[in-house]
Amino acid sequence: MTIRKIRVLVAKPGLDGHDRGAKVIAQAFRDAGFEVIYTGLRQTPESIVATAEQEDVDCIAMSMLSGSHLTLMPKVTRLLKEKEMEDILVIGGGVIPSEDIPLLKEAGIAEIFTPGTPTSLCVEYVKNNVTEKA
Amino acid sequence: MSYSKEELSAIQEAMDKWQVNVDRTIAKQGERKDPFISSGFNEINRLYTPLDVQGEYNEKLGFPGEYPFTRGPQPTMYRGKLWTMRMYAGFSTAEESNKRYKYLLDNGSSGLSVAFDLPTQIGYDSDHPMSEGEVGKVGVAIDSLADMEILFDSIPLDKVSTSMTINAPAAVLLAMYMAVAEKQGVPFDKLRGTIQNDILKEYSARGTYIFPVQPSMRLITNIFEFCSEQVPQWNTISISGYHIREAGSTAVDEIAFTFANGMAYVKAAIKAGMDVDKFAGRLSFFLNAHNDLLEEVSKFRAARRLWGYIMKEHFKAKDPRSWMFRTHSQTAGSMLTAQQVNNNIVRVCIQALAAVLGGTQSLHTNSRDEALALPSEESVMTALRTQQVIAYESGVADTIDPLAGSYYIEAMTDKIYNEAWDKIQKIEEMGGAEKAIEIGYIQSEIQKAAYQWQKDVESGDRIIVGVNKFQVKEPEPSGLLKVDPSVQKTQIDKLNELKSKRDNEAVANRLEELRQAARGDANIMPYILNAVKVYATEGEICGVLREEWGEYVAAVSL
Repeated sequence: MTIRKIRVLVAKPGLDGHDRGAKVIAQAFRDAGFEVIYTGLRQTPESIVATAEQEDVDCIAMSMLSGSHLTLMPKVTRLLKEKEMEDILVIGGGVIPSEDIPLLKEAGIAEIFTPGTPTSLCVEYVKNNVTEKA
Repeated sequence: MSYSKEELSAIQEAMDKWQVNVDRTIAKQGERKDPFISSGFNEINRLYTPLDVQGEYNEKLGFPGEYPFTRGPQPTMYRGKLWTMRMYAGFSTAEESNKRYKYLLDNGSSGLSVAFDLPTQIGYDSDHPMSEGEVGKVGVAIDSLADMEILFDSIPLDKVSTSMTINAPAAVLLAMYMAVAEKQGVPFDKLRGTIQNDILKEYSARGTYIFPVQPSMRLITNIFEFCSEQVPQWNTISISGYHIREAGSTAVDEIAFTFANGMAYVKAAIKAGMDVDKFAGRLSFFLNAHNDLLEEVSKFRAARRLWGYIMKEHFKAKDPRSWMFRTHSQTAGSMLTAQQVNNNIVRVCIQALAAVLGGTQSLHTNSRDEALALPSEESVMTALRTQQVIAYESGVADTIDPLAGSYYIEAMTDKIYNEAWDKIQKIEEMGGAEKAIEIGYIQSEIQKAAYQWQKDVESGDRIIVGVNKFQVKEPEPSGLLKVDPSVQKTQIDKLNELKSKRDNEAVANRLEELRQAARGDANIMPYILNAVKVYATEGEICGVLREEWGEYVAAVSL
């Protein structure tokens, strides 16, 4: 039996162009042995979910620094629910005020990683929390 | 700087002896690091001596206001006039931002710097589906001239200089600014300010592009030409290394990639038939003021010398103003930490000092809370006061280029100059900046350094105080600024009202004329100005251009 590699979609929702964090975390995931797909900039929640479906990913990691996380991140989880793809682990990172984190978690974003978090912590989190797929 | 052969060999001899001493010391106790790497990824020697700084003083340093401008672009520098303290600001609606500008001007800011929200930067109106959640967030929302009139209400445009961080739709926002000036009765030749207008670094590092490369370069050269006749005091571009560095590049690459972009604009304008001396004096720059104080000072000095060389020797410009590197700078936002935010005040002070000792023409200092949220009024005040303390109390502004002659500063200035020039030549061999971006070379160089930085921090090779060393448990931060989520609705209501009140036939006619101009090769600026004046929205104007020119498709690379 071959063990399937963890597949992660690193996504940039909205109009934000700050992709340093997204690219750094994508490389850290790759170095950790994950299969990584990076969407590039200016993704809508619809396009992110479509890519996630097409690429059959285990995890969606969204990076946002423009302040529109409360609008766009929950929309992704809502769409996943509609498509019955809730087994995908959804995490977020970026400049996100701590008071917004409970709201995001309530909306189904499993964890939020703020500036200064070591990438190794994100890697561990994903390893421990993705749902095993057959 | 010049030493005789005898003196140099005497120094070498003494240094060899000293080396024995060093080796003995290291054998007992090693150094803290091996090697020592600066925050800009330069390797730093243990000691610098006259052996590291060769060359003629007049040729390499010269005098302030004279070629090669290493010591500064003006003859008296800060003794004549301090740098412009220009705080980047803007959020929510035009009304809110207008209030913040007046607050900054009342507190001694000497120029304005407008931050636009992402929809405005990408040419979408507030009611566009892509604008959802983004309206008024990272800057002010501007949909039409009506918003611009409010933004500059009671701010006399002949008295302030205004910098606008706008790139792909720079022509539209400049046209709106001109239309406001006209309403205030201010003639165009009295307008002073800058539009960023630097599209190439949007493709490689900042991300707010709209159109493909060719029409974008046309827009830029059209602006150069139009302004040289109509708005002669306007800085038509701010060629930016800031965002390249923020995205993670090395110090050398910040200069190399910025100048490669600059050379692409100069070539495009020359190709469009302009004489280099007609526009080169209005080119301005925007650099990062990063953490490593001495390296950064050297970087500013190297940049001045290198740009002078490029314009004089490479492009054969004749007017000394065309050789002059004038720059705005901003402290490095990416170096601010979300942990122990007050430490950021200290970081910003060191970074600001680097820019001032490096001879910047204007400066924005970041606020302590920017790793957490948009800056609050109180932290903006501290950031501005930091500049004022440096200007009025520290004494560093009283003599020109005070660190010149330091063996280290001169050696690092030479190192950055030489390595940046080598890299620029490599890019030129690839076919210039446009090509290097197209094949992803610039992006991948930036990305490599950014990832290396992160690995260095995680391994502890780079210490970030409060992040990977000296951590404390701290309470949740308070007093953060939050943008009212109703801004988008307010903007959309304003937009609907505008569309019901304006002369829609005139709008349709001006947009059709703009479409025809976009298809031809006339200067497009007058058509944009005409459209703006009848209150065509930014989204409508950019929409026409999108239809005619298409959109840039970024190659996604990892």
